Amino acid sequence: MSTSLKPGASEARTGKEANGGAIGTETIRIPVSGMTCAACQSRVQKTLAKQPGVSDAAVNLMMKSATVTYDPSAVTPDGLVEAIRSTGYGADLANPDQTAFEEQEARDRAQDEEYHDFRRKAIVSGIIGVIAMIVSMPLMSRLAADAHGHGASGESGDPFMRWAMRVLDPFFRSATPWLYDVPVGVTTGLLLAATIGVMLWAGRHFYTRAWAAFRHHSADMNTLVAVGTGAAFVYSLVATVMPEFFTSRGVPADVYYEAVVIIIALILTGNMFEARARKQTSSALRALVSLQPKTARVVRFGEEVDAPVDTVERSETIVVRPGERIPTDGQVIQGESAVDESMLTGESLPVSKKPGHRVIGGTINRTGAFRYTATTLGADSMLAQIVKLMRDAQGSRAPIQRLADTISGIFVPIVLSIAIATFVGWFVLADAAPAVRGFAAAVAVLIIACPCAMGLAVPTAVMVATGKGAELGVLIKGGEALQQAGGITTMVLDKTGTVTEGRPTVTDVIPTGAYVSRTDDLLRLVASLETSSEHPLADAIVRHAKDRGLALATPEGFQAVSGRGAQGIIDGVGVAVGNEEFMRDWAVDPSPMRDDAERLAGEGRTPMYVAIDGTLAGVVAVADPIKTTSTEAIARFRAMGLEVVMLTGDNQRTAEAIARQAGIDRVVAGVLPEGKVAEVKRLQAEGKTVAMVGDGINDGPAIAQADVGIGIGTGTDIAMEAADVVLMRGDLRSAAHAIELSRRTMRTMKQNLFWAFVYNVIGIPIAAGLLYPVFGLLLSPILASAAMAFSSVSVVTNSLRLRTARIV
Amino acid sequence: MQTMTMTEWLVILGGLAAIAWVNWYFFLAGRTAAVHAVVAAGRGDAGESAAGSSPAQVTITVDGGYSPQQVRVKAGQPVRLVFDRKDSGSCSEEVVLPDFGVRKFLPTGQRTTIEITPPRAGRYDFSCGMSMLRGAIIAED
Repeated sequence: MSTSLKPGASEARTGKEANGGAIGTETIRIPVSGMTCAACQSRVQKTLAKQPGVSDAAVNLMMKSATVTYDPSAVTPDGLVEAIRSTGYGADLANPDQTAFEEQEARDRAQDEEYHDFRRKAIVSGIIGVIAMIVSMPLMSRLAADAHGHGASGESGDPFMRWAMRVLDPFFRSATPWLYDVPVGVTTGLLLAATIGVMLWAGRHFYTRAWAAFRHHSADMNTLVAVGTGAAFVYSLVATVMPEFFTSRGVPADVYYEAVVIIIALILTGNMFEARARKQTSSALRALVSLQPKTARVVRFGEEVDAPVDTVERSETIVVRPGERIPTDGQVIQGESAVDESMLTGESLPVSKKPGHRVIGGTINRTGAFRYTATTLGADSMLAQIVKLMRDAQGSRAPIQRLADTISGIFVPIVLSIAIATFVGWFVLADAAPAVRGFAAAVAVLIIACPCAMGLAVPTAVMVATGKGAELGVLIKGGEALQQAGGITTMVLDKTGTVTEGRPTVTDVIPTGAYVSRTDDLLRLVASLETSSEHPLADAIVRHAKDRGLALATPEGFQAVSGRGAQGIIDGVGVAVGNEEFMRDWAVDPSPMRDDAERLAGEGRTPMYVAIDGTLAGVVAVADPIKTTSTEAIARFRAMGLEVVMLTGDNQRTAEAIARQAGIDRVVAGVLPEGKVAEVKRLQAEGKTVAMVGDGINDGPAIAQADVGIGIGTGTDIAMEAADVVLMRGDLRSAAHAIELSRRTMRTMKQNLFWAFVYNVIGIPIAAGLLYPVFGLLLSPILASAAMAFSSVSVVTNSLRLRTARIV
Repeated sequence: MQTMTMTEWLVILGGLAAIAWVNWYFFLAGRTAAVHAVVAAGRGDAGESAAGSSPAQVTITVDGGYSPQQVRVKAGQPVRLVFDRKDSGSCSEEVVLPDFGVRKFLPTGQRTTIEITPPRAGRYDFSCGMSMLRGAIIAED
């Protein structure tokens, strides 16, 4: 290798880039293609070094990449790519799946930081809150006594405060009597200082964000917390600094410092759990993104080198050892192995791979070593397409969310209005301490209201459900598809390739006459004749004979009559294969075998008569067998209460035979590919919500027409435009999974929305004191904050339950 | 119930005034004061040169809200939205453009570019991941 190769240099520099490139320069690695020798390498390197703003450029031939340190104000990454291209080599910036990976990493980092930040602040302010609470006990009990003096009811309406007065107060009175001897001014002074500290340190973001939103004429959860705690703080501050302002009006000058601190602590605790739970909603996407290996062992210049995967080019040879992840999509050229594809297709058994078979990047090689040719790369790769589909799905919105969106948009100002009305109501109606109690109730209203739960109700369910789908090998393209799939009434199945294997095979060879005990001889002659035929069924016969190890000959004088049959001479013997008319054409009487042929046709198979040297020799039947999984899946559809309809181009008799075997009750036979759309429309006109399952190639228009189009992913084409749901393997049971998952998700969304609404609809009136006149029930701001903190956590947690839903 | 005192009347009046102000400020004033940005094809902000091939570009600052809150663009033309996130609220960490199937994470203190092409004239709303912050792209013919 030439001396200018710097293995590891690229890693070192990209590391610096991750740290932000502190000294006004940035480092970028650009994959370069087309370089074949050291001369190419130095040319690219010199060109890059000459670019303005470039302080260092290292080009690595083996890694096929350039690592450039540059001044972003003088040259852009695009400019560097252009410069490389001007030398005649190919260059592109990092491909999209790489950015998906980086984005996911950045998001995880930010969410982790957020979580730890919340946790630290919640713990510290929680401890301060508890201390403040204890220190405030003497103040509160004095207050209760004062309230008696003022004629108010000594018992608080709030269950928490009642408990504090009955249990905590006597306890601290006997345990720490000195607390009750501290002068009031000292206690309130200390509390004031502690509260300011907590508000500025732990709660600052509530106030800054509320202010930022306020300037945009919008309001969110931060507004409510900021106004609630802010009001309580200002009230307490006035009571501390100018107690006579209250006492002169006959109102006790009490303080709410401990409430402010504990509210902040509780809401931070809620935020902390929410941050953790929200991170889990995207865990499936994170798992998918992390499937992509970063390097590939590529054969370059006769050597195996570990190169970054984004430098791999089409048709390069890649070596995979047992236990390794396959780095890119490709086709096996040498070696055999079993590959675990469960992470992408949901197929639990390892799939055997031989030369000619396709492998998928991101799957795990289990048993053997093999070499393969890279085919689709970067954004076109299967994994990148799946990741893109999932990200798109998670960015989409379910129609059910519209109401929640509308409400959360007007929610906060309305809550502010209710809080003001609450204060006024108490002030006017309460017979004792109206201002104090009105104020506490207003603060409780502000604190208990939770717009976040509504905002999170549907999107978290969509995120978890699409992730769960991917684990099951079902790609759901968005919230709308989920919602539609949850409400379908009719499953329309294409026959060929969906219900059946889509590949005809020989089911029966029935010899007669001279061939009665010579089945293989008969098969050999028929298969030899069919080697010259282009009929789709011919291939099935040839394959069958080869599987049985028969040596086939080439026919002489081959003749085919379209729609009837074929004949020719093999090893000097005249062979004719075809239908009844074809036999008559050759003066052969098919009647001895007619019963067999009729029976086979009645079972949905295609029988063919065989005549050898002008004498009937037997019947060969070919059929497209039903997939073993289809019958089970269809039974499941019916158990779900769905009507199952099969569409096929076959004649009525064959179609009905297949349907009977598969357990389908309604068949539409003789449908041309273009007729499938009309059939779906007809069902829709009957008022049915239709899901159409097909292979996505012939059935594209029908899939698009259906309310939910379910495409069976074939090959690398998983991003089928028309389909709302893509099945990663040709197993009809995954269609049942998709429906089941969608139904559950709809249930989860409705539960979430219900609880988020009901929580606010019940919580706000209680906090406002509507239950007080009858039940004497009232919520202190502290209880309100606890309820608020856990309402959004409960919504996210409910969505996360979908992850562990048993869908089999 | 005894007759209401002067103070009580004052509190009622004050409360009604406060409620009126809250609703005016967040609903009516918010609508009229929304900041607009108009982007024509091939033109951009932030000193971007008017290169014919590069799509129109607009920078949207994310700081407790989106400013500008509405962006007017030409329908059928690609537009590059650069989200410059200044705050660190968990609400604004994602921007969602449901019509374009985009849910993008915005790292704090960074500019994140999203390129979209509004297919036809109309309003395309965007919001934060929890749909508390809202903005819109207005595509015109």
